[in-house]
Amino acid sequence: MALLEVSGLRAGYAEVDILHGVNLAVNQDEIVCVVGPNGAGKSTLMKSIFGLVRVRDGRIVFQGEDITGLGPSQIVRRGMCYVPQNNNVFPSLTVEENLEMGAFIRQGDFRRKMEEMFELFPILKERRRQKAGTMSGGQQQMVAMARALMLDPKLILLDEPTAGLSPKFAELVLEKVTEINRMGVSVLMIEQNARAGLAISHRGYVLTMGRNRLDDTGQALLANEEVGRLFLGG
Amino acid sequence: MAQLILYGLIYGGIISLGAIGLTLLVRILKFSHFAHGDMMALGAYLTLLFRVTMGLPMWLSVALAVILTAVAAVLIDRIFYKPLRRTSPAILLIASVGVALVLRHLIQFFWGAAPQVYQRGVERPYIVWGLRIRPTQVWILVMAVVLVIAVWLFLQKTKTGKALRAMADNMDLAAVSGIDTERMVVWTWVLGAALAAAAGIMLGMDTQLRPAMGWLMLLPIFAAAILGGLGNPYGAIAGGMIIALSQELSTMFINTAYKPAVAFVLMVLLLLVRPQGLFGGKA
Repeated sequence: MALLEVSGLRAGYAEVDILHGVNLAVNQDEIVCVVGPNGAGKSTLMKSIFGLVRVRDGRIVFQGEDITGLGPSQIVRRGMCYVPQNNNVFPSLTVEENLEMGAFIRQGDFRRKMEEMFELFPILKERRRQKAGTMSGGQQQMVAMARALMLDPKLILLDEPTAGLSPKFAELVLEKVTEINRMGVSVLMIEQNARAGLAISHRGYVLTMGRNRLDDTGQALLANEEVGRLFLGG
Repeated sequence: MAQLILYGLIYGGIISLGAIGLTLLVRILKFSHFAHGDMMALGAYLTLLFRVTMGLPMWLSVALAVILTAVAAVLIDRIFYKPLRRTSPAILLIASVGVALVLRHLIQFFWGAAPQVYQRGVERPYIVWGLRIRPTQVWILVMAVVLVIAVWLFLQKTKTGKALRAMADNMDLAAVSGIDTERMVVWTWVLGAALAAAAGIMLGMDTQLRPAMGWLMLLPIFAAAILGGLGNPYGAIAGGMIIALSQELSTMFINTAYKPAVAFVLMVLLLLVRPQGLFGGKA
Protein backbone atom coordinates (compact mmCIF):
# COMPACT_ATOMS: atom_id res chain seq x y z
CA MET A 1 0.00 0.00 0.00
CA ALA A 2 1.22 3.48 -0.86
CA LEU A 3 2.35 5.84 1.90
CA LEU A 4 0.43 8.69 0.31
CA GLU A 5 -2.38 8.18 -2.15
CA VAL A 6 -4.14 11.07 -3.83
CA SER A 7 -7.10 10.25 -6.03
CA GLY A 8 -9.38 12.44 -8.14
CA LEU A 9 -8.22 15.61 -6.39
CA ARG A 10 -10.11 18.75 -7.32
CA ALA A 11 -9.05 21.93 -5.57
CA GLY A 12 -8.51 25.63 -6.14
CA TYR A 13 -8.95 29.14 -4.85
CA ALA A 14 -12.22 31.05 -4.52
CA GLU A 15 -14.40 30.10 -7.49
CA VAL A 16 -11.65 28.75 -9.72
CA ASP A 17 -10.54 25.14 -9.80
CA ILE A 18 -6.82 24.71 -10.39
CA LEU A 19 -6.70 20.94 -10.10
CA HIS A 20 -9.20 18.91 -12.13
CA GLY A 21 -8.92 15.41 -10.75
CA VAL A 22 -5.27 14.64 -10.06
CA ASN A 23 -4.02 11.19 -9.05
CA LEU A 24 -0.70 10.63 -7.38
CA ALA A 25 0.99 8.16 -5.07
CA VAL A 26 4.16 8.12 -3.03
CA ASN A 27 5.41 4.73 -1.84
CA GLN A 28 7.53 4.04 1.21
CA ASP A 29 11.14 5.23 0.76
CA GLU A 30 10.50 6.85 -2.60
CA ILE A 31 11.50 10.23 -4.01
CA VAL A 32 8.69 11.41 -6.24
CA CYS A 33 9.08 14.50 -8.37
CA VAL A 34 6.24 16.52 -9.89
CA VAL A 35 7.16 18.54 -12.96
CA GLY A 36 5.13 20.67 -15.31
CA PRO A 37 4.91 24.15 -16.77
CA ASN A 38 4.05 27.22 -14.71
CA GLY A 39 0.39 27.26 -13.80
CA ALA A 40 0.05 23.49 -14.04
CA GLY A 41 -1.04 23.41 -10.40
CA LYS A 42 2.05 21.86 -8.84
CA SER A 43 2.14 24.13 -5.79
CA THR A 44 -1.62 23.95 -5.41
CA LEU A 45 -1.39 20.16 -5.40
CA MET A 46 1.15 20.27 -2.61
CA LYS A 47 -0.83 22.80 -0.60
CA SER A 48 -4.02 20.78 -0.97
CA ILE A 49 -2.27 17.65 0.28
CA PHE A 50 -1.07 19.60 3.33
CA GLY A 51 -4.49 21.10 4.02
CA LEU A 52 -3.61 24.67 3.06
CA VAL A 53 -6.01 24.78 0.12
CA ARG A 54 -9.58 23.54 0.38
CA VAL A 55 -10.18 20.27 -1.37
CA ARG A 56 -13.43 20.24 -3.33
CA ASP A 57 -13.44 16.64 -4.39
CA GLY A 58 -11.26 13.55 -4.22
CA ARG A 59 -9.44 11.76 -1.46
CA ILE A 60 -6.06 12.04 0.22
CA VAL A 61 -5.00 8.96 2.15
CA PHE A 62 -1.82 9.02 4.23
CA GLN A 63 -0.56 5.88 5.99
CA GLY A 64 -3.94 4.28 5.41
CA GLU A 65 -5.84 7.14 7.01
CA ASP A 66 -8.10 9.57 5.17
CA ILE A 67 -6.69 13.04 5.80
CA THR A 68 -8.84 14.90 3.27
CA GLY A 69 -10.02 18.18 4.78
CA LEU A 70 -7.70 18.13 7.80
CA GLY A 71 -5.71 21.27 8.60
CA PRO A 72 -1.92 21.56 8.59
CA SER A 73 -1.67 21.34 12.39
CA GLN A 74 -3.42 17.94 12.34
CA ILE A 75 -1.53 16.65 9.32
CA VAL A 76 1.84 17.58 10.78
CA ARG A 77 1.03 15.42 13.82
CA ARG A 78 0.49 12.43 11.55
CA GLY A 79 4.05 12.50 10.24
CA MET A 80 4.01 14.71 7.17
CA CYS A 81 6.00 17.95 6.97
CA TYR A 82 5.98 20.69 4.39
CA VAL A 83 8.64 23.14 3.23
CA PRO A 84 7.07 26.04 1.33
CA GLN A 85 8.90 27.58 -1.62
CA ASN A 86 9.14 31.11 -0.20
CA ASN A 87 9.38 32.49 3.30
CA ASN A 88 10.29 29.10 4.67
CA VAL A 89 12.35 30.23 7.66
CA PHE A 90 11.70 32.47 10.67
CA PRO A 91 14.07 35.31 9.71
CA SER A 92 14.55 36.94 13.12
CA LEU A 93 15.09 33.63 14.90
CA THR A 94 18.46 31.95 15.06
CA VAL A 95 19.17 28.69 13.24
CA GLU A 96 18.80 26.79 16.52
CA GLU A 97 15.52 28.53 17.32
CA ASN A 98 14.21 27.73 13.85
CA LEU A 99 14.91 24.05 14.44
CA GLU A 100 13.35 24.25 17.89
CA MET A 101 10.17 25.65 16.32
CA GLY A 102 10.21 22.73 13.91
CA ALA A 103 10.20 20.46 16.96
CA PHE A 104 7.43 22.47 18.64
CA ILE A 105 4.97 19.60 18.98
CA ARG A 106 7.65 16.97 19.57
CA GLN A 107 7.42 15.36 22.98
CA GLY A 108 10.55 15.22 25.09
CA ASP A 109 14.06 16.29 24.23
CA PHE A 110 14.79 17.55 20.75
CA ARG A 111 18.54 18.08 21.29
CA ARG A 112 19.57 14.77 19.83
CA LYS A 113 17.48 15.33 16.73
CA MET A 114 19.07 18.76 16.38
CA GLU A 115 22.54 17.20 16.52
CA GLU A 116 21.45 14.80 13.79
CA MET A 117 20.42 17.77 11.66
CA PHE A 118 23.77 19.44 12.30
CA GLU A 119 25.45 16.28 11.03
CA LEU A 120 23.33 16.35 7.90
CA PHE A 121 23.90 20.08 7.37
CA PRO A 122 27.29 20.93 8.94
CA ILE A 123 27.04 24.56 7.84
CA LEU A 124 24.06 24.99 10.16
CA LYS A 125 26.08 23.88 13.16
CA GLU A 126 28.70 26.51 12.38
CA ARG A 127 25.96 29.13 12.15
CA ARG A 128 23.65 27.88 14.87
CA ARG A 129 23.45 31.29 16.54
CA GLN A 130 23.06 33.29 13.35
CA LYS A 131 19.69 34.78 12.46
CA ALA A 132 18.17 32.79 9.61
CA GLY A 133 17.15 35.96 7.77
CA THR A 134 20.78 36.98 7.32
CA MET A 135 21.80 33.75 5.59
CA SER A 136 22.12 33.04 1.87
CA GLY A 137 19.23 31.50 -0.05
CA GLY A 138 20.86 28.07 -0.15
CA GLN A 139 21.57 28.09 3.57
CA GLN A 140 18.00 29.21 4.30
CA GLN A 141 16.74 26.28 2.25
CA MET A 142 18.78 23.96 4.48
CA VAL A 143 17.40 25.61 7.61
CA ALA A 144 13.92 25.10 6.17
CA MET A 145 14.49 21.43 5.41
CA ALA A 146 16.10 20.81 8.79
CA ARG A 147 13.16 22.56 10.48
CA ALA A 148 10.73 20.23 8.73
CA LEU A 149 12.80 17.13 9.55
CA MET A 150 12.84 17.89 13.29
CA LEU A 151 9.61 15.93 13.71
CA ASP A 152 10.93 12.70 12.14
CA PRO A 153 8.34 12.83 9.38
CA LYS A 154 7.50 9.80 7.27
CA LEU A 155 7.01 12.09 4.29
CA ILE A 156 8.42 15.50 3.50
CA LEU A 157 6.90 17.81 0.90
CA LEU A 158 9.39 20.13 -0.80
CA ASP A 159 8.07 22.96 -2.96
CA GLU A 160 10.78 23.93 -5.46
CA PRO A 161 13.70 23.48 -3.09
CA THR A 162 16.23 24.84 -5.60
CA ALA A 163 14.27 27.89 -6.81
CA GLY A 164 16.49 30.95 -6.97
CA LEU A 165 19.65 29.12 -5.96
CA SER A 166 22.99 29.18 -7.74
CA PRO A 167 23.74 25.97 -9.68
CA LYS A 168 26.29 24.95 -7.05
CA PHE A 169 23.80 25.30 -4.19
CA ALA A 170 20.99 23.74 -6.21
CA GLU A 171 23.13 20.68 -6.72
CA LEU A 172 24.02 20.57 -3.03
CA VAL A 173 20.35 20.83 -1.99
CA LEU A 174 19.35 17.96 -4.28
CA GLU A 175 22.22 15.89 -2.88
CA LYS A 176 20.78 16.53 0.57
CA VAL A 177 17.35 15.41 -0.64
CA THR A 178 18.89 12.09 -1.64
CA GLU A 179 20.59 11.84 1.75
CA ILE A 180 17.36 12.63 3.58
CA ASN A 181 15.67 9.89 1.56
CA ARG A 182 18.37 7.41 2.59
CA MET A 183 17.57 8.24 6.22
CA GLY A 184 14.18 6.66 5.59
CA VAL A 185 12.09 9.73 4.77
CA SER A 186 9.94 9.60 1.67
CA VAL A 187 10.03 12.74 -0.45
CA LEU A 188 7.43 14.42 -2.64
CA MET A 189 8.90 17.42 -4.39
CA ILE A 190 8.22 19.94 -7.08
CA GLU A 191 11.20 20.93 -9.13
CA GLN A 192 11.39 23.67 -11.72
CA ASN A 193 14.64 22.20 -12.96
CA ALA A 194 12.90 19.07 -14.25
CA ARG A 195 16.06 17.38 -15.49
CA ALA A 196 17.89 17.63 -12.16
CA GLY A 197 14.76 16.76 -10.20
CA LEU A 198 13.85 13.67 -12.20
CA ALA A 199 17.47 12.50 -12.18
CA ILE A 200 17.41 11.92 -8.42
CA SER A 201 13.79 10.68 -8.28
CA HIS A 202 12.47 7.14 -8.32
CA ARG A 203 9.29 8.21 -10.05
CA GLY A 204 7.92 11.35 -11.57
CA TYR A 205 4.62 12.90 -12.57
CA VAL A 206 4.06 15.39 -15.37
CA LEU A 207 1.23 17.77 -14.63
CA THR A 208 -0.32 20.13 -17.18
CA MET A 209 -3.29 22.42 -16.65
CA GLY A 210 -4.30 20.73 -13.46
CA ARG A 211 -4.38 17.21 -14.93
CA ASN A 212 -2.08 14.20 -14.99
CA ARG A 213 -0.24 14.08 -18.28
CA LEU A 214 2.31 11.34 -17.74
CA ASP A 215 3.81 9.29 -14.96
CA ASP A 216 6.71 6.91 -15.02
CA THR A 217 10.06 6.26 -13.39
CA GLY A 218 12.40 9.23 -13.21
CA GLN A 219 14.77 7.75 -15.76
CA ALA A 220 12.01 6.87 -18.21
CA LEU A 221 10.60 10.39 -18.04
CA LEU A 222 14.04 11.84 -18.65
CA ALA A 223 14.32 9.68 -21.78
CA ASN A 224 10.76 10.44 -22.90
CA GLU A 225 10.69 12.54 -26.06
CA GLU A 226 7.51 14.41 -25.22
CA VAL A 227 8.83 15.38 -21.80
CA GLY A 228 12.09 16.41 -23.37
CA ARG A 229 10.30 18.65 -25.83
CA LEU A 230 8.00 20.13 -23.20
CA PHE A 231 10.31 20.82 -20.28
CA LEU A 232 13.82 19.72 -20.75
CA GLY A 233 14.66 22.17 -23.49
CA GLY A 234 14.89 19.89 -26.53
CA MET B 1 18.72 68.40 32.23
CA ALA B 2 19.70 65.28 34.19
CA GLN B 3 16.42 65.69 36.03
CA LEU B 4 14.52 65.68 32.74
CA ILE B 5 16.37 62.57 31.60
CA LEU B 6 15.35 60.84 34.81
CA TYR B 7 11.70 61.72 34.25
CA GLY B 8 12.11 60.64 30.65
CA LEU B 9 13.35 57.20 31.73
CA ILE B 10 10.38 56.74 34.04
CA TYR B 11 7.91 57.83 31.38
CA GLY B 12 9.83 55.79 28.78
CA GLY B 13 9.45 52.63 30.85
CA ILE B 14 5.69 53.17 30.94
CA ILE B 15 5.45 53.82 27.20
CA SER B 16 7.68 50.86 26.36
CA LEU B 17 5.50 48.43 28.28
CA GLY B 18 2.47 49.62 26.32
CA ALA B 19 4.36 49.54 23.02
CA ILE B 20 5.62 45.95 23.46
CA GLY B 21 2.10 44.57 23.60
CA LEU B 22 0.97 46.76 20.75
CA THR B 23 3.87 45.62 18.58
CA LEU B 24 3.06 41.96 19.18
CA LEU B 25 -0.59 42.57 18.27
CA VAL B 26 0.28 44.48 15.11
CA ARG B 27 2.76 41.86 14.10
CA ILE B 28 0.91 38.69 14.94
CA LEU B 29 -2.69 39.69 14.33
CA LYS B 30 -2.07 42.55 11.85
CA PHE B 31 -4.11 44.52 14.30
CA SER B 32 -3.65 48.21 15.12
CA HIS B 33 -5.27 47.91 18.49
CA PHE B 34 -6.74 51.32 19.33
CA ALA B 35 -8.14 50.12 22.65
CA HIS B 36 -4.66 49.42 23.98
CA GLY B 37 -4.49 52.71 25.87
CA ASP B 38 -7.84 52.07 27.47
CA MET B 39 -6.64 48.66 28.63
CA MET B 40 -3.94 50.58 30.45
CA ALA B 41 -6.64 52.68 32.08
CA LEU B 42 -8.64 49.56 32.95
CA GLY B 43 -5.64 48.12 34.77
CA ALA B 44 -5.11 51.39 36.62
CA TYR B 45 -8.75 51.66 37.74
CA LEU B 46 -9.01 48.01 38.77
CA THR B 47 -6.03 48.62 41.03
CA LEU B 48 -7.89 51.62 42.46
CA LEU B 49 -10.86 49.36 43.15
CA PHE B 50 -8.83 46.77 45.05
CA ARG B 51 -6.50 49.21 46.79
CA VAL B 52 -8.71 52.14 47.76
CA THR B 53 -12.26 50.79 47.70
CA MET B 54 -11.55 47.34 49.11
CA GLY B 55 -8.43 48.24 51.08
CA LEU B 56 -6.24 45.36 49.88
CA PRO B 57 -2.46 45.72 50.02
CA MET B 58 -0.93 47.43 46.98
CA TRP B 59 1.02 44.41 45.68
CA LEU B 60 -2.09 42.22 45.79
CA SER B 61 -4.20 44.92 44.13
CA VAL B 62 -1.67 45.28 41.33
CA ALA B 63 -1.47 41.51 40.80
CA LEU B 64 -5.25 41.12 40.73
CA ALA B 65 -5.68 44.08 38.38
CA VAL B 66 -3.07 42.78 35.95
CA ILE B 67 -4.64 39.32 35.90
CA LEU B 68 -8.17 40.68 35.48
CA THR B 69 -7.10 43.00 32.66
CA ALA B 70 -5.50 40.06 30.86
CA VAL B 71 -8.70 38.03 31.30
CA ALA B 72 -10.77 40.97 30.05
CA ALA B 73 -8.54 41.29 26.98
CA VAL B 74 -8.91 37.61 26.12
CA LEU B 75 -12.69 37.85 26.54
CA ILE B 76 -12.88 41.02 24.42
CA ASP B 77 -10.86 39.25 21.76
CA ARG B 78 -13.14 36.20 21.77
CA ILE B 79 -16.34 38.25 21.70
CA PHE B 80 -15.50 41.24 19.49
CA TYR B 81 -12.31 40.73 17.51
CA LYS B 82 -12.10 37.04 16.72
CA PRO B 83 -15.22 36.96 14.54
CA LEU B 84 -13.76 39.88 12.56
CA ARG B 85 -10.24 38.55 12.22
CA ARG B 86 -10.80 37.09 8.76
CA THR B 87 -12.09 40.41 7.42
CA SER B 88 -9.83 43.40 6.82
CA PRO B 89 -7.43 45.13 9.23
CA ALA B 90 -9.43 48.36 8.80
CA ILE B 91 -12.57 46.72 10.20
CA LEU B 92 -10.65 45.38 13.20
CA LEU B 93 -9.19 48.82 13.79
CA ILE B 94 -12.62 50.43 13.84
CA ALA B 95 -13.94 47.69 16.12
CA SER B 96 -11.12 48.45 18.53
CA VAL B 97 -12.01 52.16 18.50
CA GLY B 98 -15.49 51.05 19.55
CA VAL B 99 -14.09 48.86 22.32
CA ALA B 100 -11.92 51.79 23.42
CA LEU B 101 -14.98 54.04 23.72
CA VAL B 102 -16.92 51.41 25.65
CA LEU B 103 -14.04 50.82 28.08
CA ARG B 104 -13.49 54.52 28.67
CA HIS B 105 -17.15 55.20 29.34
CA LEU B 106 -17.54 52.17 31.55
CA ILE B 107 -14.65 53.50 33.60
CA GLN B 108 -16.26 56.92 33.73
CA PHE B 109 -19.61 55.36 34.64
CA PHE B 110 -18.25 53.41 37.61
CA TRP B 111 -15.53 55.71 38.86
CA GLY B 112 -16.63 59.17 37.68
CA ALA B 113 -14.82 61.73 35.58
CA ALA B 114 -12.90 63.40 38.40
CA PRO B 115 -9.19 62.61 38.76
CA GLN B 116 -8.33 60.11 41.48
CA VAL B 117 -5.15 58.95 43.19
CA TYR B 118 -3.97 55.76 44.90
CA GLN B 119 -2.48 57.67 47.77
CA ARG B 120 -3.22 61.15 49.09
CA GLY B 121 -0.67 63.51 50.53
CA VAL B 122 2.69 64.76 49.41
CA GLU B 123 5.70 62.50 49.16
CA ARG B 124 9.03 63.89 50.21
CA PRO B 125 11.43 63.24 47.31
CA TYR B 126 14.84 61.71 47.80
CA ILE B 127 17.73 63.81 46.62
CA VAL B 128 20.40 61.70 44.92
CA TRP B 129 23.34 63.48 43.29
CA GLY B 130 21.21 66.60 43.13
CA LEU B 131 18.33 64.75 41.42
CA ARG B 132 14.88 64.78 42.94
CA ILE B 133 13.05 61.49 42.81
CA ARG B 134 9.95 60.46 44.74
CA PRO B 135 9.82 57.01 46.37
CA THR B 136 6.93 56.09 44.07
CA GLN B 137 9.03 56.94 41.06
CA VAL B 138 11.79 54.68 42.33
CA TRP B 139 9.22 51.89 42.47
CA ILE B 140 8.01 52.64 38.96
CA LEU B 141 11.53 52.64 37.59
CA VAL B 142 12.39 49.36 39.32
CA MET B 143 9.14 47.73 38.21
CA ALA B 144 9.59 48.89 34.62
CA VAL B 145 13.14 47.55 34.45
CA VAL B 146 12.16 44.25 36.05
CA LEU B 147 9.20 43.81 33.70
CA VAL B 148 11.19 44.64 30.59
CA ILE B 149 13.86 42.13 31.61
CA ALA B 150 11.18 39.55 32.42
CA VAL B 151 9.56 40.02 29.02
CA TRP B 152 12.94 39.78 27.35
CA LEU B 153 13.71 36.52 29.18
CA PHE B 154 10.26 35.16 28.38
CA LEU B 155 10.62 35.91 24.66
CA GLN B 156 14.21 34.75 24.51
CA LYS B 157 14.26 31.65 26.68
CA THR B 158 10.86 30.00 26.89
CA LYS B 159 9.32 27.81 24.24
CA THR B 160 6.14 29.89 24.23
CA GLY B 161 8.14 33.11 23.94
CA LYS B 162 10.11 31.79 21.00
CA ALA B 163 6.91 30.62 19.36
CA LEU B 164 5.46 34.13 19.77
CA ARG B 165 8.47 35.57 18.00
CA ALA B 166 8.14 32.89 15.33
CA MET B 167 4.48 33.87 14.87
CA ALA B 168 5.50 37.50 14.54
CA ASP B 169 8.02 36.49 11.89
CA ASN B 170 5.90 34.22 9.79
CA MET B 171 2.41 33.20 10.83
CA ASP B 172 1.90 30.69 7.99
CA LEU B 173 5.15 28.89 8.65
CA ALA B 174 4.30 28.72 12.35
CA ALA B 175 1.02 26.99 11.49
CA VAL B 176 2.79 24.63 9.08
CA SER B 177 5.26 23.72 11.85
CA GLY B 178 2.38 22.61 14.03
CA ILE B 179 2.45 25.57 16.41
CA ASP B 180 -1.03 26.03 17.82
CA THR B 181 -1.56 29.55 16.49
CA GLU B 182 -4.86 30.10 18.28
CA ARG B 183 -3.25 29.37 21.63
CA MET B 184 -0.45 31.76 20.76
CA VAL B 185 -3.02 34.46 19.98
CA VAL B 186 -4.38 34.03 23.52
CA TRP B 187 -0.83 34.34 24.83
CA THR B 188 -0.34 37.51 22.82
CA TRP B 189 -3.40 39.06 24.45
CA VAL B 190 -2.43 37.92 27.93
CA LEU B 191 1.07 39.32 27.57
CA GLY B 192 0.00 42.52 25.80
CA ALA B 193 -2.82 43.30 28.23
CA ALA B 194 -0.82 42.43 31.34
CA LEU B 195 1.96 44.78 30.27
CA ALA B 196 -0.56 47.48 29.36
CA ALA B 197 -2.21 47.14 32.78
CA ALA B 198 1.17 47.39 34.50
CA ALA B 199 1.98 50.50 32.46
CA GLY B 200 -1.38 52.04 33.33
CA ILE B 201 -0.87 51.36 37.03
CA MET B 202 2.57 52.97 36.91
CA LEU B 203 1.14 55.99 35.17
CA GLY B 204 -1.55 56.21 37.85
CA MET B 205 1.09 55.97 40.57
CA ASP B 206 3.21 58.65 38.96
CA THR B 207 0.41 61.15 38.39
CA GLN B 208 -3.31 60.56 38.79
CA LEU B 209 -6.08 58.44 37.30
CA ARG B 210 -8.44 59.90 34.77
CA PRO B 211 -10.83 58.05 32.46
CA ALA B 212 -9.09 59.54 29.42
CA MET B 213 -5.60 58.62 30.62
CA GLY B 214 -5.36 55.63 28.32
CA TRP B 215 -6.66 57.47 25.31
CA LEU B 216 -4.02 60.14 25.82
CA MET B 217 -1.31 57.46 26.00
CA LEU B 218 -2.34 55.95 22.68
CA LEU B 219 -0.37 58.40 20.57
CA PRO B 220 2.94 58.01 22.40
CA ILE B 221 2.70 54.21 22.49
CA PHE B 222 1.84 54.03 18.81
CA ALA B 223 4.67 56.44 18.05
CA ALA B 224 7.04 54.27 20.09
CA ALA B 225 5.91 51.08 18.37
CA ILE B 226 6.25 52.64 14.92
CA LEU B 227 9.64 54.09 15.80
CA GLY B 228 10.68 50.61 16.84
CA GLY B 229 9.71 49.22 13.45
CA LEU B 230 6.43 47.53 14.46
CA GLY B 231 8.13 44.20 14.18
CA ASN B 232 10.14 43.40 17.09
CA PRO B 233 9.37 43.87 20.77
CA TYR B 234 12.90 45.05 21.44
CA GLY B 235 12.49 47.90 18.99
CA ALA B 236 9.38 48.95 20.92
CA ILE B 237 11.43 49.40 24.09
CA ALA B 238 13.99 51.57 22.29
CA GLY B 239 11.17 53.51 20.62
CA GLY B 240 9.51 54.13 23.98
CA MET B 241 12.69 55.50 25.46
CA ILE B 242 13.34 57.79 22.49
CA ILE B 243 9.79 59.20 22.53
CA ALA B 244 9.79 59.78 26.28
CA LEU B 245 13.24 61.35 26.41
CA SER B 246 12.53 63.69 23.51
CA GLN B 247 9.20 64.69 25.05
CA GLU B 248 10.84 65.54 28.37
CA LEU B 249 13.88 67.24 26.85
CA SER B 250 11.70 69.30 24.51
CA THR B 251 10.41 71.19 27.54
CA MET B 252 13.79 72.92 27.74
CA PHE B 253 12.98 74.70 24.48
CA ILE B 254 9.21 74.81 24.09
CA ASN B 255 6.17 75.17 26.28
CA THR B 256 5.30 72.03 28.25
CA ALA B 257 1.81 72.12 26.78
CA TYR B 258 3.23 71.05 23.43
CA LYS B 259 4.92 67.98 24.87
CA PRO B 260 2.51 65.44 23.37
CA ALA B 261 3.01 67.00 19.95
CA VAL B 262 6.66 65.98 20.06
CA ALA B 263 5.73 62.30 19.80
CA PHE B 264 3.52 63.08 16.85
CA VAL B 265 6.16 65.14 15.04
CA LEU B 266 8.73 62.40 15.59
CA MET B 267 6.36 59.78 14.25
CA VAL B 268 5.53 61.82 11.13
CA LEU B 269 9.18 62.62 10.47
CA LEU B 270 10.15 59.00 10.82
CA LEU B 271 7.38 57.79 8.54
CA LEU B 272 8.57 60.26 5.91
CA VAL B 273 12.25 59.42 6.18
CA ARG B 274 12.34 55.78 7.21
CA PRO B 275 8.90 54.17 6.97
CA GLN B 276 10.15 50.78 8.09
CA GLY B 277 11.02 52.21 11.52
CA LEU B 278 14.39 52.79 13.11
CA PHE B 279 14.93 49.14 13.90
CA GLY B 280 12.76 47.55 11.24
CA GLY B 281 14.45 45.31 8.73
CA LYS B 282 13.75 45.35 5.05
CA ALA B 283 10.10 44.87 4.22
